[in-house]
Amino acid sequence: MIRALAFLFCLVVTPLAAEEVVAGLSRDEVRITANFDGSDILIYGAVKRNAPAATEPMEVIITVSGPAQTVNVRKKDWRLGIWVNTSAVEVDEAPSFYAVASSGALRDVLTRTEDLRHRISIPRAIRSVGAPSTVENAAEFTDALIRIRTANNLYQKLDHSVKLYDQTLFSTTIDLPANLVEGPYDTRIFLVRGGVVVDDYETVINVNKVGLERWIYDLAHQRPLIYGLLSLFIAIVAGWGASAIFRYIRF
Amino acid sequence: MQIYLPIAEVSVNAFLLLGLGGIVGILSGMFGVGGGFLMTPLLFFIGIPPAVAVATEANQIVASSFSGVLAHFKRRTVDLKMGLVLLIGGLIGAAIGVQVFTILREMGQVDLLVKLCYVVFLGVIGGLMFFESLRAIRRSKKPSAVPERKKHGLVHALPFKMKFRTSGLYISVIPPIIVGLFVGVLAAIMGVGGGFIMVPAMIYILGMPTKVVIGTSLFQIIFVTAFTTLLHATTNYTVDMALAVLLLIGGVIGAQIGTRIGVKLKAEQLRILLSIMVIAVCAKLALDLLIEPSELFSLGSGGHS
Repeated sequence: MIRALAFLFCLVVTPLAAEEVVAGLSRDEVRITANFDGSDILIYGAVKRNAPAATEPMEVIITVSGPAQTVNVRKKDWRLGIWVNTSAVEVDEAPSFYAVASSGALRDVLTRTEDLRHRISIPRAIRSVGAPSTVENAAEFTDALIRIRTANNLYQKLDHSVKLYDQTLFSTTIDLPANLVEGPYDTRIFLVRGGVVVDDYETVINVNKVGLERWIYDLAHQRPLIYGLLSLFIAIVAGWGASAIFRYIRF
Repeated sequence: MQIYLPIAEVSVNAFLLLGLGGIVGILSGMFGVGGGFLMTPLLFFIGIPPAVAVATEANQIVASSFSGVLAHFKRRTVDLKMGLVLLIGGLIGAAIGVQVFTILREMGQVDLLVKLCYVVFLGVIGGLMFFESLRAIRRSKKPSAVPERKKHGLVHALPFKMKFRTSGLYISVIPPIIVGLFVGVLAAIMGVGGGFIMVPAMIYILGMPTKVVIGTSLFQIIFVTAFTTLLHATTNYTVDMALAVLLLIGGVIGAQIGTRIGVKLKAEQLRILLSIMVIAVCAKLALDLLIEPSELFSLGSGGHS
C-alpha cells in the first residue's frame, strides 16, 4: 500500500522536476605529449523531458575550469624615476583555465543571484578573500588578473557559442590552449530557464602529461639529485660532442 | 613545430629555442661569456616562467661553456691554475649569493634588485670596455705609439704570490680569489654565469692577456653554473630538461662557431663588440624601468614561491 502510494507520488512529482541534462564529451582525457599544441573538446548533449517544454525559452551554459591556484597580482608604480612593483594582492583561488560558453549573452541568460550561487561567470569563478587593507582598490587587481589571462586565451567568455537545436540538443567546442596545467578540469553544464538554473550536470576532463613529459616531470620531483646530475651529464656530453664533431669536420 | 615543456608547462616553438641557443652560443664562444645575461631575459620574453628560465639557463651555460673550453684547451689558452684560484672564490661567492638572494626574496622586491644589478653592472662594464677599446684601436693605428708600460699597483704589493705561467703573471692569489668571490655572489643573485663581469675584471684588474682570459673564464663558469644547476634542481625543481636540451643543441654548435670567429678577430675588436652588446642589453633593461609599462599589473605564483 505504502509502496503503491510512493509510486503514485513519484508519477505526480517527476513531471515537476521537469528537465534533465544528458551529456557527453568528445574526450574525457587530454594527453599532454611533447608536441602538444592545444586541443579542442566537443561538449554535446540533450535535454530529457517528461513533459512538454515550457513556453519560456531554455538556455544552456557550459563551463570548463582548470585546477585552482593561488596567484600573486602585483602592481607597478612610479617611484624615484623608475617603475617598481609597489603593491600586491594574493588571489586565493583562481582557476588556471576557465571557459564559459553560453547559448545567449551570459549577462541576459543568467540572473546575478544564480551566478553568485553557482559561480559561473569569470569574475565569480575567482575567489579572493581578504585583500590587505593597505591596498586601496582591490577589485582593480582581480580585474587585471582576468584581463591578462583573457589576453593569453586562458580565460574565455564565449557568448552565443553554445548551439541549441529545438530547445533539446546542444553542442559547443572548447578550445584548450597549449599552455595547460595538469589536473582535473571540472566541466559543468547548466540548463537555465528565465535566468534560473533548472538542472546541472558535472563531469571531469583529465589533463595529464604522458610519455617522455611524464617521465621527466616525475624524475624531477621524485629524484631531484639524479635529475640534476642527469641534466649536467647531458649538458657535458652535448658540449663535448659538438666539440668533437667540429674537430672532426675541421671547420 | 610546437613543443610542450614538461617543467615550465608552456608550449613553445622548438626552432625558436634552437635559434636562440645558437645565437647566444656564438656570442658565448666569441667572448667567453656564458650568455646568460642575454638568454635569461630572452626566455622571460618568450613566456618561460622566470624561476624555470634562470635554473635551466644555468644548465645550458654548462654545455656551451664546456664546448667552448675544449676548443680553448686545444689551443692552450686556458690558465688552469688561475681558473682553480678563481673557482675557489667563485664557489664561496655563489653560496653567499644564494643566501643573499633568499634574504632579498623574503624582503620582496627581488625582481627590481636583480634588474638594477643588471643595469648598473652592464652599464659600467660596457661603458668602460667600449671607451678603453676605442682608445686601444686608435693607439694601434698610430705606428709611433708608445709601448704600454707594465703597471705596478696595489695588485703587485700583496702577499701570497704565485706564478701563473700561462698568463705570464706573478701576482698574489688574493685579487683573483676576491674577483671570483665577487663574481660568484653576483652570478647567484643575477642568475647568470658571470663571464661578462669576470672577463673585464681579469683583463683590467688582474692584467691577464685577452686570449687566455676567455678560456679561463669559461673553465671557471662550468663549475659555478653546474653547482647552481644542482642547487636549483634539488631545491626548486625548476630545471627543465627538454628546454635545456633544445637550447644546448643550438648553444654548443654556436659556441664552436663562435670560438672560431673569435680567433680571427683582433682582441680590441672583440672587446668593442662585446661592450656594444652589453650596453644594448643594459639600455633595454633601463628603458623597461624608466618607461611606463603598458600593463601595470603582473601575475606571479602565490604563496611560498
